[in-house]
Formats: sequence, C-alpha cells, structure tokens
Amino acid sequence: MNKQERIKKNTEPLFHITKRSNISFGRAMLIRGLAILLSVVFMSVVMFLLAKENPVTLLKSMFDGAFGTPLRIWILFSDTAILLGISLALTPAFKMKFWNCGGEGQVMVGSLTAAAMMLFVGDKVSLPVLILLTAVFSTVAGGIWGLIPSVFKAKWNTNETLFTLMMNYIAIQLVTYFLKVFGNAQGNLEPMPRFAIPKMFNGSYFLNIVLILVICIIMYVYLRSSKQGYEIAVVGESEKTAKYIGINVSKVIIRTMIISGALCGLIGFLLVANGSCSVTTTIAGGQGFTAILVSWLGKFNPLYMILTSFLVIFLQRGTSFMGEIYRLDTSMADIFIGVVLLFIIGCEFFINYKINFRKFGKGGTK
Amino acid sequence: MAVITFLVSAIKFGMVLLFGSTGETITEKSGHLNLGLPGVMCVGTACGCIAEAMFFDMVGGRRGMEQLSFLAVLIPILATLAGGAIMGLIFSFFTVTLHANQNVTGLAMTTLGVGISDFMIASVDGYKFTAGAKFFNAHLPFADSMGQFGKLFFSYGIMVYLSIAVAIVTSFVLNKTKVGLHLRAVGENPATADAAGISVTKYRYLSTCIGCAVAGLGGLMFVMDYLNGNWEYVIDAIGWLCVALVIFTTWKPVFGIFCSIVFGAFYVTAEYVPGISLAGKEIFKMLPYLITIVVLVITSIKNKKENQPPASLGLPYFREER
Repeated sequence: MNKQERIKKNTEPLFHITKRSNISFGRAMLIRGLAILLSVVFMSVVMFLLAKENPVTLLKSMFDGAFGTPLRIWILFSDTAILLGISLALTPAFKMKFWNCGGEGQVMVGSLTAAAMMLFVGDKVSLPVLILLTAVFSTVAGGIWGLIPSVFKAKWNTNETLFTLMMNYIAIQLVTYFLKVFGNAQGNLEPMPRFAIPKMFNGSYFLNIVLILVICIIMYVYLRSSKQGYEIAVVGESEKTAKYIGINVSKVIIRTMIISGALCGLIGFLLVANGSCSVTTTIAGGQGFTAILVSWLGKFNPLYMILTSFLVIFLQRGTSFMGEIYRLDTSMADIFIGVVLLFIIGCEFFINYKINFRKFGKGGTK
Repeated sequence: MAVITFLVSAIKFGMVLLFGSTGETITEKSGHLNLGLPGVMCVGTACGCIAEAMFFDMVGGRRGMEQLSFLAVLIPILATLAGGAIMGLIFSFFTVTLHANQNVTGLAMTTLGVGISDFMIASVDGYKFTAGAKFFNAHLPFADSMGQFGKLFFSYGIMVYLSIAVAIVTSFVLNKTKVGLHLRAVGENPATADAAGISVTKYRYLSTCIGCAVAGLGGLMFVMDYLNGNWEYVIDAIGWLCVALVIFTTWKPVFGIFCSIVFGAFYVTAEYVPGISLAGKEIFKMLPYLITIVVLVITSIKNKKENQPPASLGLPYFREER
C-alpha cells in the first residue's frame, strides 16, 4: 500500500508513540517490578532448558545461595555495600553528565596504593597509624586518577568516556608491573593479614556495611541540599545555563571528579585493608562497570541505589551458588545479570513513552 | 631480520584491531556509540569457534579434508558474522526502538556478551581450535620463495587481507556512495535526515548490525590466526582497544589501516626490545592506551572540523521530540 492509497483509505498506523509527561511513582515501580519478574521467568526457562531441573527448585537454590546461612547473609550485605560504594562514587560525575567509566581503574589504584603501603611502610609504624595513612594515601591516589581526565575535559572538552576507559587499562598494567616486581614466582602478592583492619563482630563485613551506609547518607544530602550538589545538577542539565548564572564550570567538573575518584580509591582501600590484604588485577572484579548500571538504574538517587545494588549482588551470589550446585558454568551469573539489566533498561521505554493504538472500527486521521 | 619479524607481528595484531575499529566506525557513523563492542566481539568469536569445532566434528578425520579447507574458513566467518549481527540487532532494538540510553545498554551488552561467550566456550573441551587454525594460517605458496619482501607482504592468512579489503570497501561506501551519504547524514543530524526522507530507524539498525558483524571477525582472527586456535579470555580487552582505535583513526577506515598497525606495533613492542625485564614489559604494554589518550587529547585541542565524531554520536532520536 503506498502513501496515497493509505490516505484514501483513511487508515493510520497500528500504533504511534508519544512521550509521557508524568507517570505516578507507583505505576513506574509496577512496570519495573514486572520487568524484573519477566526477566526472571525468561531466565528460568533458559536454565530449565540447560540444566533440566524444575525452575522452582532452581530459584529456591538461588535464594538459598543468597540467604541460606548467616555467613552468606553477611557476605551478601557486605558485597552490596562495596558495589553501592563504587556506585555512590560515580554518581556525582554522572549527575554532571560526565560519563566516568573509570571506576574500575580508580578502585584499582586505591587498592594498589594500599598494598604498597602495607608492603613498604607496614613494619615501620604502628597499626592504627598505618591504617589511617593507608586510607589517606589510597583516597588521594584514587582522586588523582579521577583528576587527570577531568582536567582535560574541563580545558579542552576531551571525551571523558574513552579517557577514563583507557585509565582503567593503565591501572591494570601498573598493578601487573607491581606484582611482577614484588610478587612471588606465580605473580601473586602474598596476603599480609597482620596489617588488616581488626575484625569486628562477624569478620570484616560489619565495617563495610556501616561505613558505606554513612557515605550513602552523606552523598544523598550532598547532592540534594548542598550548594556544590546544586552546581553539579546545573552543570549536568546545561553548561550554558551554569555559565550564565556564574558557576565556574571547569572548577565544578574537576572538583566533582576528584570526589568521585577519591571515593573509588577509598573503596579500593577497603577491598585490601578490610578484605584480601593483597592486590590482584581483578580486585575490582568488573564492579567499576556494574556500578555505572547500578547508579543509572537507581536514577542517580543514592537511596534507590541501595535497592539496585542489592538486586545486582543478590543475582550475582544467587546465580553463582545455583551454578555450582547444578554444574552450570560460572558465566551463568553474568548472563543472568545481563538479561535482567537489559529488561530493566528496556522497561524504561514503557515508563517514558505511551503507546497509542489505532482505534479500531473508526479509522481516520485528524 | 628482527625488524621484519616485528613488523609482521605488529601487522597481524593490528589487523585484529582493524576489524573491530572498522565495525565500530560503521556503527558510530549512524550516531550509535556502541560500548557493547567487547561483548559483541566475544559472542561473534565464540560463534565462529563453535561453528569451526562442530564442522570438524562432522567432517574431521575423513579423507579429502584438504579440499574442504575453503569451507573450514568460510563457515566460522559466516557464523561470526551472524553472531555479531544478532548482538547488533539486540543493541539497536533497545537503543532505537525502545529509545534506551546507549551507554548503559552497551555496558549491559558487554556483561551479557562476555557471559554468553564464556558459556559457549566452556562447552568445548580444552578451549582449543587448533585443527581449524591451520586453515586460517595458510598463506600463499610463493611467499616463502620471495625472501624478506614475501614475508612482509605475503606471509599472512586470509584474514589480514580480508580486514584491509573491508576497511577500503567501508571507506568507499561511506564517502562515495548515496548510501554512505545518507548514513553520515543520519549520524550528523537525524532530524534533518528524517525530514529529507531518509529512514533513521532503518539506517541505524542496519549500520549497527553490519558494524557488529564485522567487528566480530576481529575476535575470530585473534583466536584462529594470532593465537593459533587457543582461546584466551582477553577478547573484551581487545574490544575496548578497538573502541579507542576508532578515535585514533578519526573515523576514517582507510587511515585506520595505518593506525591499527601503529597500535599493533605498540602492543607487541615489549616482545622485541632486547634486554628488557619481565616486569618492564608490563610498562611497555601501557603504550597503546597512553597513545590513545595522547591522540584523544590532541584531537580535542586541535578541534579540527574533519576530525570530529559524528555530531549526534550517543544521542537518541525521537521524531516527535524536537
């Protein structure tokens, strides 16, 4: 049917899409919930085909893997805290529309600095002094890693996405170099648990959870109620407006990226001093990238991000446990998370847009 | 001669990157910044490798295998193209049809793609595809008789020449044909292109699928030719290098041939510098990333009109929103 025939017959397309201006919070949440449910159903079918097990038992083992024992629950919340921490670190940059894809590298230099401090300064000062110094130096290292791309962005508008991505790989190479020089024959650095932060309650988990909850609240207030948070929001919405009302855009970009990188560095410190007590090239474990999604899914709101980071870690731990039991490959966790994320990303369409179907029976264009 | 060996190695690795960067350039010309490229390359490669393994399961050991060498190369290439295109289709469905944010979709695609490829490869014993690799490595018979010259120009498997051909064809289509003009219009200003009667949706879908299919070949070449059929879990890192290389090439595939050799050279330098320690090599491996940053900074400082990315790169297009 060509255009003229279509006009003659007075038919309009089956549906057309319009932008929704406002949708109630409840409905938006309902759509997101449905998307997650759909993705879980979809993955259950996939896994049923692969493992030939009842999907209900599979899902049960997922919950068991995440919540089965007190220790698992501790790990679940501690891992959530770490991912939330990295997401919180990236959020101010994202609010400014600065795509900081370098969380991975910023965490890694933090970890590297922490390991180096333990190795070189460890025996020379007392433990509390060491921990304090390590925390400060790791934070500074992360800050520097965030500062470098931001200076170029502020001065010459250099593409930050690719700059920060490249900084990740430089960080990886630095860690590899460090391990080759100071590690053992296999290229690993022996853990140094004697320099770790002393354990509280049930191992190292408690500190992570409390510390990052505090950071979360501070970040919420900082972005929402502080002058600097307002400046970030204005620069993100429109740089021209920001300039017009007298905000020093370069200064805001650089300052925000230092905060972003420094927080990542602090998480890197936690991963070493309150975790492995050593450093590897996979210490950040891709969480620098996952955090981007967590932050975006949480609408850059620190409080929502608690939920989204919990969801991701729950899926990660649940699926990897299920994979072990049913002898599925560990990559199943990646696939599961990828599918759930894509479903959530896709469902935003139904929140932001409305599909208007053609009214049947009475065709006719306006 | 050490220099020739070095150059051969640099060219081989460079051409792996050239596939990826040409593919990403095709995609980016339509205004799509596909950060899912690492995932796409992983899936494409895994599809090709699995197809090769299945092919050898079916015909391996039989007589007349030599006559089938043509198929042993063609089948994995087709499988890779199909795998890459499917990933491209998923990406475009989200970014074009569902108007999703390109950065987050891309990153989720990377997670998904790496997972899928690991899963596929884990189903094959030993991660080895050496049986098929020798068909990819096969070079022209007269190369050995031509000394250093032959070694430098004719000692490669089919994929090296294919990558150069793809880059030249891409450049021709982009710059000299109507399709290319339309594609560039979509990438520069989709609203204007739409008003001129060009289907933004069609061009974005097609260019993304074709780009992803081509990019997958890079991974296939890396495993089959460069690594002689031994799978390594580094294809996603190569994917990121390709994304970076696109900037180095300033969105010009033919110039990309030269750029990718330079990139390849930096990547393999460490192996050829005499008297360097094992740890020192790691510092050398930073070079490609450092060079990318330098190029990134220089292009942004010079700010020349013809070296800029497509104007609407990374932005969604919705007709009713102007």
